Amino acid sequence: MDLTLDRVTHRYGDMPVLKDISLRIPAGRILCVIGPSGCGKSTLLRLIGGLERPDEGQVLQLGTPPPGCLNPLTYVFQDFALLPWRSVAGNISLVLEDHGIRGPAAETIIDDVLARTKLNDFHNALPRQLSGGMKQRVAIARALAVNPAVMLLDEPLSALDAQTRELLMEDLVALWERAPFTGVYVTHNLAEAVRLGHSIAVLSRRPGQLRELIDVDVPLADRQPGDPQLEALQARLWQLMKDEAMAADQELLDV
Amino acid sequence: MSDAARPVPFRGGGFRPVAKRGAGLAVFVALLALMEWGTRVGWISNLTLPRPSDVATTLIDLARSGLLWTHLSLSLSRLLAGSVLGITTGIGVGVAIGLFSYVRAGLIPLVAALFPIPKIALLPLFVIWFGIDEGSKYALIALGTFTPTVVSTYGAVDNVDRTLIRMGQSFGLSWASIVRKIVLPGALPGILSGLRVSIAIGIILLVAAEMLGAEYGIGAYILQAGSLYDLERLFAGVVILSALGVLSSWLIGLAEKRLLRWRV
Ligand SMILES: Nc1ncnc2c1ncn2[C@@H]1O[C@H](COP(=O)(O)OP(=O)(O)OP(=O)(O)O)[C@@H](O)[C@H]1O
Ligand SMILES: [Mg+2]
Repeated sequence: MDLTLDRVTHRYGDMPVLKDISLRIPAGRILCVIGPSGCGKSTLLRLIGGLERPDEGQVLQLGTPPPGCLNPLTYVFQDFALLPWRSVAGNISLVLEDHGIRGPAAETIIDDVLARTKLNDFHNALPRQLSGGMKQRVAIARALAVNPAVMLLDEPLSALDAQTRELLMEDLVALWERAPFTGVYVTHNLAEAVRLGHSIAVLSRRPGQLRELIDVDVPLADRQPGDPQLEALQARLWQLMKDEAMAADQELLDV
Repeated sequence: MSDAARPVPFRGGGFRPVAKRGAGLAVFVALLALMEWGTRVGWISNLTLPRPSDVATTLIDLARSGLLWTHLSLSLSRLLAGSVLGITTGIGVGVAIGLFSYVRAGLIPLVAALFPIPKIALLPLFVIWFGIDEGSKYALIALGTFTPTVVSTYGAVDNVDRTLIRMGQSFGLSWASIVRKIVLPGALPGILSGLRVSIAIGIILLVAAEMLGAEYGIGAYILQAGSLYDLERLFAGVVILSALGVLSSWLIGLAEKRLLRWRV
């Protein structure tokens, strides 16, 4: 299932947040979205997932989600969004119950996604007993449980420390290698974008416009730290972001 | 500054309630001991405060005569019926206010208008509506517990983490599932702590209701004692009320411990 954004524009009150964004999100690939703070990345993700309606333009779904897919567009939130009163397994079963999946059928799915996120031992733990990285793995497990056609990740690693981030990033790559999912991955972190993105969309400062769309040809599994091609790309992204930030500062000075 | 090594001063303590067993009991015992001692030695005259041991004897006599159970069972059933009625409708209305904009717009002013009315002032009206018997007492307690429960419940629903609700929507949960599995459990801490206030108000109104037109009941007992200036019996009644307050607060604490185990 592909997604297409067709000249999407969005405003909050009088303030334009996103302007004229057209994008294609092909199946089985990860699109990273970067841009200065407040440029509307989270808003864009909410529009893609149908949590908000664009003021102009539309978000289109091409093709039908694959069979067995319970929730085609599935989020992984920056702050995990786990129910504190439910155990790890309970948080996952939450999203299955509404589809009538209970008992042994649910247990099978839960065990499978917990194994894939290396959380087997924490089946009955409550969220407050988990570290930040583990909480985000639970959130990823919960997303995997509904077999999404598209995963929408809003800075999923930014609440975590550098080592955990590194490990989780490897986990994400491994998950994608095992079963390629379509992803839209919003991040502040250029290294993450370069590591995970098949293509990278760079947004301008607010109102967010698509500044550049960069394809990264290196297969995910082959991306090693220190790869000169990737380093050069990261430097280029940094230059783009720096220009935007400096332009934004300039606007402030002019006011 | 000397160069000697010193441990860094600890500044991190406090601000975290820890269960201290018996502290509450110790405060009671100390106060009672002070009163007992004061009345025995004489710097508290018997006219200002009854002697705690006399109050205790009065209580024991009351229990022996069997009247204590008559009073207590009547009062408890009134409190239970009235507050169950008031609290359940209060929680229902509070949740509805929290969930539906029209209900909120329509009912919040009404609740705000009802809340400050001293419910005791309405007792004559209730007597006309529901009769002099139990009905008017139930209604008074129900109305008295209803308003604070509504206010604390919709506050609790408003305070449920919006990101959790968004999460539920993003996974396509039905409206009913979101309410039952996210909104209600998330509001439970606020609702339970609101119940403490509601039940205390219920006890206050129980006594008020029993002071008007009741033969038995703790309120009636206190009223009789008061009109005779029988301080021992008056205080015996007050002790029973306080015990009711402590008991209900303890029950809610128990419920909190069981239901809110997930909290830190
Ligand atoms: N619900 C809302 N109502 C009004 N304004 C909003 C709302 N959500 C976001 N905004 C505003 O829209 C702009 C874009 O917000 P958004 O959260 O999409 O930015 P972002 O790119 O995700 O920022 P960050 O990088 O800090 O996460 C911000 O200026 C924000 O204040
Ligand atoms: Mg954001």
